[in-house]
Amino acid sequence: MKEYRTINRIAGPLLFVQKTEPIGYGELVNITLADGSTKRGQVLDTSDELVVVQVFETTAGIGRDSGVRFTGEAIKMPVGREMLGRILSGGGKPIDGGPEIVPEKRLDITGAAINPYARGSPEDFIQTGISTIDGTNTLVRGQKLPIFSAAGLPHNNIALQIARQAKVPGSTEEFAVVFAAMGITKEEANAFMQDFERTGALERAVVFLNLADDPAVERTITPRLALTTAEYLAFELGMHVLVILTDMTNYCEALRQIGAAREEVPGRRGYPGYMYTDLASIYERAGIIKGGKGSVTQIPILTMPGDDITHPIPDLTGYITEGQIVVSRELHRKGIYPPINVLPSLSRLMNLGIGEGHTREDHKKVSDQLYAAYAEGNDLRGLVAIVGKDALSERDRMFLEFADLFEGKFVRQGIDEDRTIGEGTLDLGWNLLATLPVEQLSRIDRELIEKYHPKFRAK
Amino acid sequence: MEVTETKNQAGGVLKRVAGPVVTAVGLDAHMYDVVKVGNEELMGEVIKVDGEAIIIQVYEDTTGLRPGEPVENTGLSLAVELGPGLLTSIYDGIQRPLAVLVDKMGSFIERGVSAPGIPRDKKWEFRPLVKAGDEVKPGSIIGEVQETNIVHRIMVPPNVKGGKIRSIQGGSYTVEETVATLEDGTEIQMMQRWPVRVPRPVGEKKNPTIPLITGQRILDGLFPIAKGGTAAIPGPFGSGKTVTQQQLAKWSDAEIVVYIGCGERGNEMTEVLTEFPELQDPKSGKPLMERTILIANTSNMPVAAREASVYTGITIAEYFRDMGYDVSLMADSTSRWAEAMREISSRLEEMPGEEGYPAYLAARLSEFYERSGLVTTLNGDSGSVSVIGAVSPPGGDFSEPVTQNTLRIVKVFWALDAKLSQRRHFPSINWLNSYSLYLDSLSDWYDREVSPEWNLLRTWAMEVLQKESELQEIVQLVGSDALPEAEQITIEVARLIREVFLQQNAYDAVDTFCSMSKQYDMMKAIRAYADQAYAAQAAGVTPTQIITIKAKNDLPQVKFVQDYGPMLDGILKSMEAEFTQLRSSA
Repeated sequence: MKEYRTINRIAGPLLFVQKTEPIGYGELVNITLADGSTKRGQVLDTSDELVVVQVFETTAGIGRDSGVRFTGEAIKMPVGREMLGRILSGGGKPIDGGPEIVPEKRLDITGAAINPYARGSPEDFIQTGISTIDGTNTLVRGQKLPIFSAAGLPHNNIALQIARQAKVPGSTEEFAVVFAAMGITKEEANAFMQDFERTGALERAVVFLNLADDPAVERTITPRLALTTAEYLAFELGMHVLVILTDMTNYCEALRQIGAAREEVPGRRGYPGYMYTDLASIYERAGIIKGGKGSVTQIPILTMPGDDITHPIPDLTGYITEGQIVVSRELHRKGIYPPINVLPSLSRLMNLGIGEGHTREDHKKVSDQLYAAYAEGNDLRGLVAIVGKDALSERDRMFLEFADLFEGKFVRQGIDEDRTIGEGTLDLGWNLLATLPVEQLSRIDRELIEKYHPKFRAK
Repeated sequence: MEVTETKNQAGGVLKRVAGPVVTAVGLDAHMYDVVKVGNEELMGEVIKVDGEAIIIQVYEDTTGLRPGEPVENTGLSLAVELGPGLLTSIYDGIQRPLAVLVDKMGSFIERGVSAPGIPRDKKWEFRPLVKAGDEVKPGSIIGEVQETNIVHRIMVPPNVKGGKIRSIQGGSYTVEETVATLEDGTEIQMMQRWPVRVPRPVGEKKNPTIPLITGQRILDGLFPIAKGGTAAIPGPFGSGKTVTQQQLAKWSDAEIVVYIGCGERGNEMTEVLTEFPELQDPKSGKPLMERTILIANTSNMPVAAREASVYTGITIAEYFRDMGYDVSLMADSTSRWAEAMREISSRLEEMPGEEGYPAYLAARLSEFYERSGLVTTLNGDSGSVSVIGAVSPPGGDFSEPVTQNTLRIVKVFWALDAKLSQRRHFPSINWLNSYSLYLDSLSDWYDREVSPEWNLLRTWAMEVLQKESELQEIVQLVGSDALPEAEQITIEVARLIREVFLQQNAYDAVDTFCSMSKQYDMMKAIRAYADQAYAAQAAGVTPTQIITIKAKNDLPQVKFVQDYGPMLDGILKSMEAEFTQLRSSA
């Protein structure tokens, strides 16, 4: 392998190398510094005269005297069953003091797209034990369901609670958690690690850590390494893998940084025009293969800058993922945990995983009715602020009270409270709906009301 | 889509690779020629000629391509294969059948694999409809094949001159075998190719007068689209675009449905792929899949193929239209298509227009929608392509370029509203912002086929809804008790229209499709309540009593019952009885 010493220009994370032989697009590059240390990079643009290399680590120490070797292959990730229980850097190197990983396979980290025709239908209900997810925004295996949060909100606790409690009722198949941290603080990382250790989840987990002070550019490969690992565990070893990616906002910032360094024409708010395609190449790596055993379920977490859901990061994410769980500052201020606002939250695959044979026949209609009643009550709060409670009709007052009850009982639950879907969540929903007159439950057919409504059940 | 015939052209070499756009030199190529790039012969298309440099968008992943690898011009433009075998197919953006790709390369999409758009080895039973000596023109139907429950008509390709038929014979043929020969020696096969970026010729474009019945109350009832018309469904994520598009694909009374999943979610395409084959046409009872062609280019498949997928879809739609069919085409989502254009454009370093979109965005959009229409085909039949495009505006902001440029062209606007979907009002189409410009041209049809009363009922319902929105502003300020009595009733009537008529459950086996006659009966029942309510109020009954009438609470249940007649009659009777009692005690 030839070493070039023809670096012409260094700008941010990019190296411009001249006079090379033909170099393949996307190749892995090794850079040797004067002191003998090495760094890694990837080819972003290749032509006869100039090759542009993106370096995954800091470019500190790289000079025109540094050597560049092109490896002739795309970036590959060594994977194996042994990775379970290990902690790796954002670049995929062990950082837990343990031995190097002996790979069973080396896989291309970009990952090919799953042929839509080969996808299996995601329909296995995952019980997270959290009512606002199980009851009204159900997660299913193979889904990608992000948590839209913002600075200062307990999204990490919610993610941990999901990781801890998530199970498919009645299933004994092997599961694993792949956790990828991008640009989170050491403190946050510790909280995750301690929780994994406390609950013994670490044994079944592969952890990738790119912390806030690690090179930003490395963040662009961390989720790809994590997903390559997850795909191996799922599609080759047949495990059900839950992938937690946090924080995708930091990932997007890194993308913007590279775009600016390449002097690209920026899209909205300075993010690159191809950010949708780039994010899709991460999020779409969730799913099930028809006839296969395992599955990849993704819970990406992102913090919305300025709590703005129309910001390009949550916006593009929402257009790719199958719904979103929105964490609300207002509920958090009221002291409600988990502060999940169900109104803007959504699970697009919910209908595939609920109902008879999955959860319970009344699930869909109870969920719709809870939504409708809570939305109505919530709207009335604005009205009360103007005209006072006395001006409301009796019907309106009932819905107003329902909204408070819903937040206090259905949304609020303990950080270790693991509710079952039937008795824990749906029956709770019925108890709340029972505070409204039966004829107001227009979303539920008579039959189900007679079967499940507490008033009729009591008889 | 396979390009078989390669002309001998001077070969070029790759000069630069940066993502999906590559540069070649030494290539003799014209705009939109299909080229084979690199040692793996990846498929690409020429999109810019700049002196010696030929700029190519590649339809597959370019990782590993090196400068110096060969580039070969096929001399053909990007074309689709049209013929028996199209129906029930599932393609990627460049007409490669996904099922065949699974057989060739497993569950993941690798590159450098080509597959013919329609099967070559399958034999079809060809029945001639003309005989030797007959005169045929371009577009003439010369025979037919029973493809599924749909008859596939075999036409003289539009680019063949026509003339007298020398020989034609029925029998079992593959799509490449000659079924007829003309006097001048031209051989006609069942398969024809057509370049996707060129509209197929028609006799004459006509103004549409028949609605595309979709079984969705808010669409058929309030904002209908005509067969051959255009509609846009813009809405933020989570507002129900995809569900609405899928409902249209399932239930619209078109004879052929082309569904383009352009840059959308893989799992949602799977839902379509697993669900469609199980659904039955409410009229014929045949599987809906038999009339459907799906194009699935998910968001993580190559961006250039996403750009092409929309053209692939519309060309297939036009082909069936030319046979005299009513075709409806759903594109979900045109924003993803526009973004693909933007991505390619920015890689070409073109001067960007609004929000980074290329300056030709408006032109491309209008060219696409203009390929819809009700036409007289070259053969003299009537056929149509209705185009329904979903738009995904960033942040739900309708002032962005794709929505605005789309609205300038389309005649029907179904505005999705996140607020409605949050309160689980589905379909979450906002009745105040939406419109249909076909109302006048379709009103005769409604008079004739539904009831002479229907147009009046629709106008009445829209007035009530409009009035309600004005009243709600007052209620927000002073509370509902402060409204005059008659207006409290208006609010209640509007609530019934919203909850009974407009809300529709796509997941309920019965409510998912609502016939026009049922829509009429439901609206008439609401009107009956309204008329009696106003009369009772005039006779001195208090609004509270009127609003608490019990019978009307059963109205929503009508939606979920197939044979709703007896139930609805019962409700109307007990409602009348309740009103009579109220009035007598007032």
